[in-house]
Amino acid sequence: MLYREAGDFKTTYRADNQTFPILFDRVGFWITLAVAWLIVPLVINDYWANAILVPFLIYAIAAIGLNILTGYCGQVSLGTGGFMAVGAYAVYKLMTAFPDVSMVIHILLAGGITAIVGALFGLPSLRIKGFYLAVATLAAQFFLVWLFNKVPWFYNYSASGQINAPERFLFGQAITGANAGPTAQYLICLAFVTFCALLARNLTRGTVGRSWMAIRDMDIAAEIIGVNPLRAKLTAFAVSSFFIGIAGALFFAVYLGAVEVGEAFGINKSFLVLFMCIIGGLGSIFGSFAGAAFLVLLPVALKVIGADLLGWPTQIVSHLQLVVVGGLIMFFLIKEPHGLAQLWRLTKEKLRLWPFPY
Amino acid sequence: MSADFLYGIEVLINGLMAGVLYALVALGFVLIFKASGIFNYAQGVMALFAALTLVGVMEGQIPFSHLINAIFGTDLHYFGWTVPALLAILVTLAVMVLFAWVVHTFVFRHLVGQEPIILFMATIGLAYFLEGVGDLMWGSDIKTLDIGLPQGGSMFVEDLTVGLGGEDFYGFFIDKLDMVATVVAAVLVIALIAFAQYTKQGRAMRAVADDHQAALSVGISLNFIWVLVWSLAGLVALVAGVMWGAKSGVQFSLSLIALKALPVLMLGGFTSIPGAIVGGLIIGVGEKLFEYSIGPLIGGATETWFAYVLALIFLVFRPQGLFGEKIIERV
Repeated sequence: MLYREAGDFKTTYRADNQTFPILFDRVGFWITLAVAWLIVPLVINDYWANAILVPFLIYAIAAIGLNILTGYCGQVSLGTGGFMAVGAYAVYKLMTAFPDVSMVIHILLAGGITAIVGALFGLPSLRIKGFYLAVATLAAQFFLVWLFNKVPWFYNYSASGQINAPERFLFGQAITGANAGPTAQYLICLAFVTFCALLARNLTRGTVGRSWMAIRDMDIAAEIIGVNPLRAKLTAFAVSSFFIGIAGALFFAVYLGAVEVGEAFGINKSFLVLFMCIIGGLGSIFGSFAGAAFLVLLPVALKVIGADLLGWPTQIVSHLQLVVVGGLIMFFLIKEPHGLAQLWRLTKEKLRLWPFPY
Repeated sequence: MSADFLYGIEVLINGLMAGVLYALVALGFVLIFKASGIFNYAQGVMALFAALTLVGVMEGQIPFSHLINAIFGTDLHYFGWTVPALLAILVTLAVMVLFAWVVHTFVFRHLVGQEPIILFMATIGLAYFLEGVGDLMWGSDIKTLDIGLPQGGSMFVEDLTVGLGGEDFYGFFIDKLDMVATVVAAVLVIALIAFAQYTKQGRAMRAVADDHQAALSVGISLNFIWVLVWSLAGLVALVAGVMWGAKSGVQFSLSLIALKALPVLMLGGFTSIPGAIVGGLIIGVGEKLFEYSIGPLIGGATETWFAYVLALIFLVFRPQGLFGEKIIERV
């Protein structure tokens, strides 16, 4: 009954083009934002921040980034882990080189550096397409991880080869290092998620986003009608890497605090983020959130059920997790290749017509 | 001849041997890709799964014993018998055929006609699934696989070549297992080619690879051919799994050779069996020689990325690979 556009009259073009044309959606959006910004920080504790909320927010940024490249521009990338590593090491070098500059600037700069690296590895996409490109991005993944392992300058010649986030403050609160509280960690991630989601949403419905989608749907046809493939593909790689770099920087500096590159940013991370995009829905910002939430919650849920309730050994639970994740991916691809976002879309269609079937 | 040059040749030979193993995995990819257009990322995990099953059957392990123990509180591990290698291989082969049928019937039959990239993602899901199942069935500890293949360096070759390079040269060191693997791979490839060329099912397979609908209209059962192709890929996976397993133990890293097979395929072209072999050899030799000559200068361990970068550079100049069919794009 509530979910109707009937009676919600638009009197300006601006209102007509807004992101959420239906009143119910708009209210829902603002309520979600209000809960996330005002209520959650009051009740958050260490477990919720570290096990669920902070990784969810960070993976959501990474999934939005990959979704721009794969979902909107149709270029499959398996180099997400490598690009996250670029973000992490960039922010580490910046943090240690310029300790007085604000962390927000460092994280944004890390995203910018990752964007440059991403555009560089995106260059071959002009010649290489489809699977071939997916494998070509593996070159980025393995080369970058190797590079951060082998060149001591990147980890400031530390003996362990690890990078450790020094303590940095924002508005007098520690947001990185050992003393960072859950509220501060959560809020900084939330700020970046809000910023990234809004930016992505508005980019994808503007000129740039349309040229990406044209390239995705058929690149030769897009070229003929005047979309510059060089520009479209490289901007997609750069913007996508910008988000992924921010996610990598937050993942290292705020969430983990100490990182060994092969472990934290290996090929498995690339697959994980790709799965988030697939399960959530390719070509949908909401889907990125849904996919990230799903794949962050699933292991936690399995662990709670398997290890804590039933008392199974953790090893078996982790194997079961592989089976469940793999099975779910196949199930989704068979039943709903467009992911959770499509289910949500179908629900909304039904809601608009309710109580009539069509 | 100087000793350095001879060591270079030794590296080259060892590279060729490693390349054979890459080619073996790549071969499994090509088989499935040609017949069904599915780019099977799970090939490496299939090799792992086959090797795990082989070890498990030989040692008489009870499948899913860890899971059963966890649920019912029992303490089961072994049946208490061991199975001879040959019989165990047959049992494993039967398991792989069953696996082929299951995969086709429950997953890929429902995905016919989907975009290639969706199929690719489904195989990634399959890879995770199979890895989890393999670990649940047989446990995830590293196992040694011993089916009586010769191990260690070949003294014969070493003695034969010891005098070539003067004082500093001790003869070529070549692993016996690699030599066996090369022979087995050659036999397998010849058998596969013969199967595809001279048998009825082989012809049907090539027809399906050529054109699904035309094959269907002359009465070839697509379902049967696809199960057959997945079974053949299972056979190739078993051989690859046995070779790699005998060399470095049956463990998770075995499944990562699938990733190594990708650049091999890109070099050779996705649709060409000779391409898979030549690509495998080029990658094997290339990464060993690169590591030998340039590796020490830039910190070593270049093997992790060399293959991909080589393939990347190569593809920029020739997007369809060495032997692949020319890509023609139409609007």
